[in-house]
Amino acid sequence: MELYMALTIGVLFAVGVYLILSKSLLRIILGTSLVTHAIHLLLLTTARLKTGAAPLLGEKAESYVDPLPQALILTSIVISFGVTSFFFVLAYKAYQRLGTDDMEELRGREDE
Amino acid sequence: MSLLHIAILAPLFYAILTGIIGIKLKGIHTGWLVLPVPTVIFGFFLSMIPIVQQGNGGLHELPWIPSLGINFSVYLDGLSLLFSLLISGIGMLVVLYSIYYLDKKREAVHRFYVYLLIFMGAMLGVVLSDNMMVLYGFWELTSISSFLLIAFWYNRERSRYGALKSMLITVFGGLAMFTGFLMLSAMAGSLSVREVIAQTGEIVGEPLFLPAMILILLGAFTKSAQFPFHIWLPDAMEAPTPVSAYLHSATMVKAGIYLVARFSPVFAGQPEWFWLVSGAGLCTLIYGSVRAMKQTDLKALLAFSTISQLGLIMSLFGLGSASAFFTGSADALFYTKATTAAVFHLINHATFKGALFMVVGIVDHETGTRDLRRLGGLMALMPITFTIAVIGAFSMAGLPPFNGFLSKEMFFTAVLQAAKMDFWNVQTWGVLIPVIAWIASIFTFVYSMILVFKTFLGKGKPEALEKTPHEAPMGLLISPVILASLVVVFGFFPNLLSYSLIEPAMAAVLPNMLSSGEQFDVHITFWHGWNAEIFMTLGVILIGILIFLIFNKYRLLNSPWTERFTLNRLYDKGLAGYEKGSSKVTKSYMTGSIRHYVIYIFAAFVLLLTYAIVDSGGVKIDTSGFAPVSFYEMVIIISMIGSVLVLPFVKNRLIAIIITGMSGYMVTLFFVLFRAPDLALTQMIVETVSVMLFLLCFYHLPKLRKEMVPLRFKWTNAIISIAAGAVVTLLALGASSDRLFASISDYYIKESYNLAGGKNIVNVILVDFRGFDTMLEIMVLGIAAFGIYALIKIDSGDEIIGLGDRRVDLMLPNSNDVILRTISKLVIFIILTFALYLFLSGHNNTGGGFIGGLMTAAALVLLSMAFGMNISEKIIPVNFRTMIAAGLLIALLTGMGSFLFDAPFLSQAFDYFTLPLLGKTELATAVLFDLGVYLAVVGVTMTIIYSIGRDN
Repeated sequence: MELYMALTIGVLFAVGVYLILSKSLLRIILGTSLVTHAIHLLLLTTARLKTGAAPLLGEKAESYVDPLPQALILTSIVISFGVTSFFFVLAYKAYQRLGTDDMEELRGREDE
Repeated sequence: MSLLHIAILAPLFYAILTGIIGIKLKGIHTGWLVLPVPTVIFGFFLSMIPIVQQGNGGLHELPWIPSLGINFSVYLDGLSLLFSLLISGIGMLVVLYSIYYLDKKREAVHRFYVYLLIFMGAMLGVVLSDNMMVLYGFWELTSISSFLLIAFWYNRERSRYGALKSMLITVFGGLAMFTGFLMLSAMAGSLSVREVIAQTGEIVGEPLFLPAMILILLGAFTKSAQFPFHIWLPDAMEAPTPVSAYLHSATMVKAGIYLVARFSPVFAGQPEWFWLVSGAGLCTLIYGSVRAMKQTDLKALLAFSTISQLGLIMSLFGLGSASAFFTGSADALFYTKATTAAVFHLINHATFKGALFMVVGIVDHETGTRDLRRLGGLMALMPITFTIAVIGAFSMAGLPPFNGFLSKEMFFTAVLQAAKMDFWNVQTWGVLIPVIAWIASIFTFVYSMILVFKTFLGKGKPEALEKTPHEAPMGLLISPVILASLVVVFGFFPNLLSYSLIEPAMAAVLPNMLSSGEQFDVHITFWHGWNAEIFMTLGVILIGILIFLIFNKYRLLNSPWTERFTLNRLYDKGLAGYEKGSSKVTKSYMTGSIRHYVIYIFAAFVLLLTYAIVDSGGVKIDTSGFAPVSFYEMVIIISMIGSVLVLPFVKNRLIAIIITGMSGYMVTLFFVLFRAPDLALTQMIVETVSVMLFLLCFYHLPKLRKEMVPLRFKWTNAIISIAAGAVVTLLALGASSDRLFASISDYYIKESYNLAGGKNIVNVILVDFRGFDTMLEIMVLGIAAFGIYALIKIDSGDEIIGLGDRRVDLMLPNSNDVILRTISKLVIFIILTFALYLFLSGHNNTGGGFIGGLMTAAALVLLSMAFGMNISEKIIPVNFRTMIAAGLLIALLTGMGSFLFDAPFLSQAFDYFTLPLLGKTELATAVLFDLGVYLAVVGVTMTIIYSIGRDN
C-alpha cells in the first residue's frame, strides 16, 4: 500500500507544482490545493498505514495507528482552507481591479 | 540597580515622557522641563568626585543575559567620571542655550529634546558600561540619536545627506569595533572591560590581538572623526547649533577618544598602538587645521577645527602610551605627561569649543548668516559675544592666560619628549613629530584669529545681512559666559582640575604605572622659565600673525581643482556605486515573476533533498512491513492519479474546479481507509465548503486561456515538477521503510487518558498537549477571515466595521426550490444536532472543536442557500466577526486561567463530578478551550462565506 501511496503522492505533488508554475492565477490556486493534499497523504504515509485501530482509546484495541500525523493534518486542513479562501478572494479581486489574472501581466514595472 | 544605572536610564525614560507630554504642552518651552535632568545628574557626579578620588567608585552589576555573560554592569572610575561630568555639565548648558535658540512656536522642540535625552542617556551608558556588549549597544544608540539630531530639519536635503553620511561612517566603525570586542572576549574569556585589562598579560601574544586592536581603533577613529574618516563631521554641521556644540564638539566625537583611553591599559606598550594612535592623531591635527583655515562658513571652520583638536588629543594619548614601555621605571613618569596633557586638553577643548560654537550660533541667530565674507564689524554691536569669542579663540590658539595655553605648552613638552624616544623605530621619524605639531599650531593660531577678526572686526557690512544685528538676549548668553569663565578660571587655577579629575582619570588610563595606594601627582604650573616650549609658542604667534596678514590679502580658498579629488567625492561615488551594484544584483534574480520565485524554491527543494538522500546513504525500500492493498483501494488510487493527470490539460475552469474538488473527496476516502475518522470528517466538510466557495467566486473569475508560453518554458516547468514529485515519492518510501529513531507518538497514546483524561488522542493532542499551536492556528484563521472581509470591503465603499448594508443583489445561489426549502428545514436541525454532538463528544470520540465548528457552518450555509442571506441573518442574528473574537478570547483566557494556579500557560485540568441527571461526568478545561476553537471556526467560515456571497 505504501508503495502505491508514494506514487500517488508523487503524482499529486508533481501536477501541483506544474500548475503553480503556470501563469494563470486560478491554476496556481488549484495547484496549491493539490500540493496540500499531497503533503497530507505524505504525513500519513510516513507513519505507516493501517498499523492498528483508529486512535480512539475507546476502541480498546491492541494497537492504534499513529495519532501524531493526524493531529498535524487536522490543523493543516483547516489552515489551508483559510489560506485557499484568501487566495481565491485575492485572485478575483485582482481580476476585478486589473482585468487580468495572468501573473506575467501582474508583474511590477521594471523601474520599481 | 545602583544610582549609576539610574543616571543612565533616567534620561532615556525622561525621553519617553517628553515625547508623550511635549506635544500637548503649549504654554511652556519643553526645554525647561528637560533642564532638571542633566542638572541633577551633574550634581550627582560632582558629589562622586571625592569618592572616586579615594578609588571607591565601584562596580554595580545588573544581570541581563547572564547565560551569554552579558550583564548591565557599570563602573565608575576617574575616566568615566570625567566624561560623565562633561556629558551632564555641557548637556545642562546646551539645554539652557537651546531654550532660547529654538523657537517653540516654529520648531518641533519636543522632538528635539527627545533625541537629545536619548543621546545623553546613551552617551552616559557608553562611558559607564563595563560590559563590552552593553557599551557597544549604547555606542550605536549615540550614532542613531546623532543621526536623528543632524536630520532634525529633515526637509532640508543637506540635513538628510549629512545625517546619512554620519550614520554610515560611524556605524561602519561601530561594527568593526564590535568585531574587535568579540575577538577580545574570545581571547580573555570575558566581556568585562576590567577583566580583559586584568588578563592583558596572557592575551598579548595571541594571533587575534593585533586584529582586535585595529578593529577597535577603527571604531574609535570613525567616531572621533580622525583622518580619513573625518568627512562626516563637516556635514553633520547641518544640525541645529546646540547639537553641534554638544554632540559634534564636546561629547559624542570624544567617544572615540574615550575608547582609546579605556583600552589603553590593554594595548599600550605595543608599538602598533603607539604608531597608529599618534600617527592618525597627528595627521588629523595638521589636516584639520589646514582645512579649517580655508573655510568661509563659521560652522565649517569650527568643524574642521574640532577635527584638528580631536587629532591633537588622540595623538597625545598615543604618545602617552609610550610610558607603558617603561613600566616600573623612572622614565615612565616622564612619558605620562602626554597623557596628563591629553586629559587636560580634553576638558579645555570642551570649554572653549563649546563657547565658540555657542558664539557662532548667536551670530547666526542675530545676523542670519554664518558666511565670513558677509560678516564683519560686529564688535561694537555685540560686545559680550565678542568678549566670549576672544576668550574662546585665544584659548584655542594657545595664548596666555587661558587654559588652552597651558595644555598647548604641555602638548609641546610631550612632542619634544617623543622626538627623543629611542625605541619602536621612533629615532628615524621622531624628529617630525614636534615639527608637525608646531606647524599645525601655527595654522590653529591663524584660523582662531580669522574666526575673531573676520567676524567682529573690520568694516561692518549691514547691507549684506538679512537682519540688523544686535546683542543676543540674556538667555542665549548665559551658557557661553559660563563656559568662557571656566576657560579663564582653569587658565589661572589649573590645579582645581588636576587633583579632582586629572589624577583619577590618569589612574584609570595608566593603571599599571601605579603600585596600589599610589596616586599620580599632577601639578600644572603657569611659568616654566625660558624653555623650548615658550619659544615654540612665541614662534607660533609671530609666524601666525604673518600668515594671517598674507592670507587676508590673498585668500587661498578651496579651488574647484582640489574639490575634484576630495574624500567626499570618493564617498559619494562609492555610495552611489554600491547602491547601483546592489540593486543590479538584486534585480538579477528578484524579477517580479512568481514563476521564477517558485522555480527557485522548488529547485532548492529538489537539490537539498536529493543531497540529503544521497548523503544519508540513499533510500532503503523495505516493503516487508507494508500494508496489503485491496481491490477497492487500487480503484481509488488509479482514479485519483488519472483525474489529477488530466488537470493540466483542462481548458474549462468549471471542470478544473470540479476535478480538484474530486481529488479532495478522494483524499477523504483515503482518510477513511487509513483509520483517521477525524480527518475524514474534517476533509469532507472543508472540501464541500471550498467547492462552494470556488463556485461562488466562479462568476468573477476569468476564463482559463490556453497558456501561451514558449515550449522551452513548458519543458522547464515539467522537468522541475517531475523532479519534485520524484523526490517526494522517494521521501515517502524512505520514511515509511526506515525509522531513524523511536517515534514520540507512543507517549501520546500511552498518556492521553492518564494525563489529559481524553480518549480521542488526536483531539487531546490538539487541545491539550499542543494547545499552544492550536491557539495560534485559530488566530491565523481569524486573520485570514478578516483579511478576506477587508479585501471584499476595500473598494465597495462599505463601512468596514459593523454589519454593513443589506443589499438584495446576492450572489449566493438563492434557491426557490420548494423541495430544497422544505427538506432543509428538517435537515438543518439534524446537522446542527450532529454538530453539537461532534463538538461535545470530541474529547473521547471522533469530533472536537474544529469538526463541530465546520459542521455547524455547513448547516448555516445550507440555511442561507435555501432561504437567502437576509432571512438566514434574521433567523440567526449573530455578527460572525464578533464570534471570531469571542472564540479567540475564550481560548486565550482558558490558557491564562492556568496562571491562577501557578501553572504554565495553557495547562489543562480535568476531574470527574457527579452531576444530577448526567451521573458521573468528566469536566475538563480542555473542553472550554475547545469551545473557543469551535466559535472561532464557525466565525471564520461564516465570515468568509458571507463576505464573498455578499459581494457583487
